[in-house]
Amino acid sequence: MDTVILLSRLQFAFTVMFHYIFPPLTIGLGVILAYLETRYYLTRKPVFAAACQFWMKIFVLNFGIGVASGIVMEFQFGTNWATYSRFVGDVFGSALAAEGIFAFFLESGFLAVVAFGRQRVSRGFYLFSVYMVALGSVFSSIWIVVANSWQQTPAGHHVVDIMRDGGSGMAPWVIDGVVQRRAEIVNFLDLVFNPSTVQRLSHVLLGCFAVGAFFVLSVSAYFVLKNRHREFARHSINGALVLALISSLGLALNGHTQAQNVYRYQPAKLASFEAHFDTGRADLNLIGWPNAEEERIDFDISIPGGLSFMVFDDLTFSKPVVGLDRFRPEDRPPLLISYLSWRVMVGIGGLMIIASALGLYFNWRRTLVGKRWLLWCFVFGIGLVMASNQAGWIGAEVGRQPWIVHPPIEWSEDGSDVLVGADGFYEYDEREGLRTVNAVSPSVNSQEAATSLILFTILYLSLAAVWIFVLDRKIRQGPEEFEVTEDGAEHGFQDASSERQHARLSQS
Amino acid sequence: MSYELLCIIWFILLNVLLIGYAILDGFDLGVGFLHPFVAKDDTERRLVMNSIGPLWDGNEVWLVTFGGALFAMFPEAYASIFSAFYLPFVLLLFALIFRAVSLEFRSKRTNPAWRTFWDILFFAGSTLAALLFGVAVGALMQGVAISERGDFLGSMLDLVSGFSLAVGLFTVALLAMHGSIYLYMKTEGVLQQRLYGWMKGTWYVYVFFFVLVTVWSTMFVPASLQHFRDTPVLWVVPLINVLAIANIMRAIRQERPFYAFISSCLVIAALVILFSANLFPNLVPAANNAAYSITIFNGASSRLTLTIGLIIVAIGMPLVLSYTSLIYWTFRGKVTLGPDSY
Repeated sequence: MDTVILLSRLQFAFTVMFHYIFPPLTIGLGVILAYLETRYYLTRKPVFAAACQFWMKIFVLNFGIGVASGIVMEFQFGTNWATYSRFVGDVFGSALAAEGIFAFFLESGFLAVVAFGRQRVSRGFYLFSVYMVALGSVFSSIWIVVANSWQQTPAGHHVVDIMRDGGSGMAPWVIDGVVQRRAEIVNFLDLVFNPSTVQRLSHVLLGCFAVGAFFVLSVSAYFVLKNRHREFARHSINGALVLALISSLGLALNGHTQAQNVYRYQPAKLASFEAHFDTGRADLNLIGWPNAEEERIDFDISIPGGLSFMVFDDLTFSKPVVGLDRFRPEDRPPLLISYLSWRVMVGIGGLMIIASALGLYFNWRRTLVGKRWLLWCFVFGIGLVMASNQAGWIGAEVGRQPWIVHPPIEWSEDGSDVLVGADGFYEYDEREGLRTVNAVSPSVNSQEAATSLILFTILYLSLAAVWIFVLDRKIRQGPEEFEVTEDGAEHGFQDASSERQHARLSQS
Repeated sequence: MSYELLCIIWFILLNVLLIGYAILDGFDLGVGFLHPFVAKDDTERRLVMNSIGPLWDGNEVWLVTFGGALFAMFPEAYASIFSAFYLPFVLLLFALIFRAVSLEFRSKRTNPAWRTFWDILFFAGSTLAALLFGVAVGALMQGVAISERGDFLGSMLDLVSGFSLAVGLFTVALLAMHGSIYLYMKTEGVLQQRLYGWMKGTWYVYVFFFVLVTVWSTMFVPASLQHFRDTPVLWVVPLINVLAIANIMRAIRQERPFYAFISSCLVIAALVILFSANLFPNLVPAANNAAYSITIFNGASSRLTLTIGLIIVAIGMPLVLSYTSLIYWTFRGKVTLGPDSY
């Protein structure tokens, strides 16, 4: 059983990380497409249409793999995490079904028009379709983040005994002496707007916009360095730098308040992010290596009281922060992964602010073209931005452990400490949550789990290689000329344009 | 509204989603199966792929939504079925991934080896997906051994029987026929003429498997006839099915492919309804102990969730149907290759 749990975890982590390469790109590029197509609609300058066309091709490529690898996620809840699915289906499933109906149909339907239909529809409808694709991709993130946030900070539900008709009326369903329980919705709006949804959704979307912006910057900077497609690159850089700076700053601000929210609802998670062991005044660790056994940070360089300030905006730098010592060792998240992923995310986030601010400054001074070192940073920076998105999710998910559905936290009256039992440890209400180790499918054996993990690894690594290869070629080819006839009609209206040709020939 | 009625409404809605998926992605999978046989050169292959180019991922969303709805409304069934069919479903996911990426990647290079490689994966992915859907349906009709909690007790080999394989091949034949009619409508010239033979040929193969599976299920899958005894009005469904099958050939002979296509859609709808009528009220029939079966009543979510789901559907479905029709209208007519094509 332990092997199945480990393999299922690895498989979920691997497949979701692979999947999460694509949604941020499509959500981010969706915004860029909407911007470019609007500019084209208003100005009728072919450069905007050509740019839109170029990014759209990349969007479509990513979207296809995103859809295919997304279905894998939906199936895995059932294939590998059957017990979890039974426990949360009533609550979690609704959000997933809403995602299909409200987001995926919108996105995939209008994407067909955007990808294949420029010649078939009017300019206005094409613009509308681009907006719908962008909106659909944003919608798709909403529902899945709602569902995930509910696992972090459950609300709007109650955990109840499952009732079965045992012949003499409805009674709790007991198997081998254990009453079967599950979560059921009590209030749908409370579930959707659970305490972390808005914060986390903002963070996810800002992260996606940053990926979109830095992706465009990467490609455009490459064109500038190679002295190709100058006008296209210039337009792209102008817009992308603004979006990059806004989203990077937004991430920092929103990240700060979100971390405070994490402390309120999942104090063990925040303590693991910061390797904060002893409840009390908390330092903000800058450099170090957490030592879980001795409950200290090795090679520690910290700002004294810094974490107290960050958690409470406390200018005295002294308010006590609940540490890992309040939680039993088996109730603590894996320390090293939480600590490192948190640092990778925040560190890269800082670099993103610096790079986009510098870029914007040099662009304003019109000296960006000469700053080749910065352009090269942009070319490769996208890799770090994507790593930062991944690291953020790793922190969020690993930090939730050992829970798959996190139980509520009870605070003392003045909110300064969690309520601890006689042994000094916080007593989680096991009935209100679900441990990850208890969530796996009982019917799956370790051979099956190993087979699927190996197959997914081979398939996804090959797919990633082909994807990078194809993407690289697509980018090196660059945008194609976008032909516009004199009356502004697109290349599809060949009949109209050939008629004009005839008219002109007969005139002369 | 009583709880039982809500469960039944959701069972019907799941059928609607499944029918939507089977009809729409059904022709995509059928086209994938026919791809290497009917298209002789690169231009023809591109035409075949582009006939479903703008549509396939929207069609696949019906499956995603079906999965989401099953998870939300009947979590017990979702959890039991998906974990029972562990390796077959992993293979199904692979098949769907192969289909998706071969469409995306094939056109990105002109190298013939590259294109042939993706042609093979496109065929293999589509065919395997159709086969596995059929095997899953067949295995579910026969019932599976599950524990009191609903966890599968057998091994993967228990799911593969002569009957489930026959239903798998039946599904491939059905979708090949459906796909050939669709392609016939979307193509012209030599390619279309070649498809004429395929429409007829796949019809005969389909009829063969239809008779085989029908006889097999009525004789050896005892539950399959029970509801027809209790509710004789259900006989309308197989009747429509048989008439629609006959009408496909009639419409093909009259060279009215649109009528053939509509009939083929009706056949698929009737088959999904027959499958559900056969299961009802079970979602997962327990072969070892009928008391362990997961039904649409004991496997459903709470009343509030079922009601919220209905509200979501009431808002969402009209939107979905309007975009779907809009997209199909935009891409109506014969497929042509343009600068944006695959």
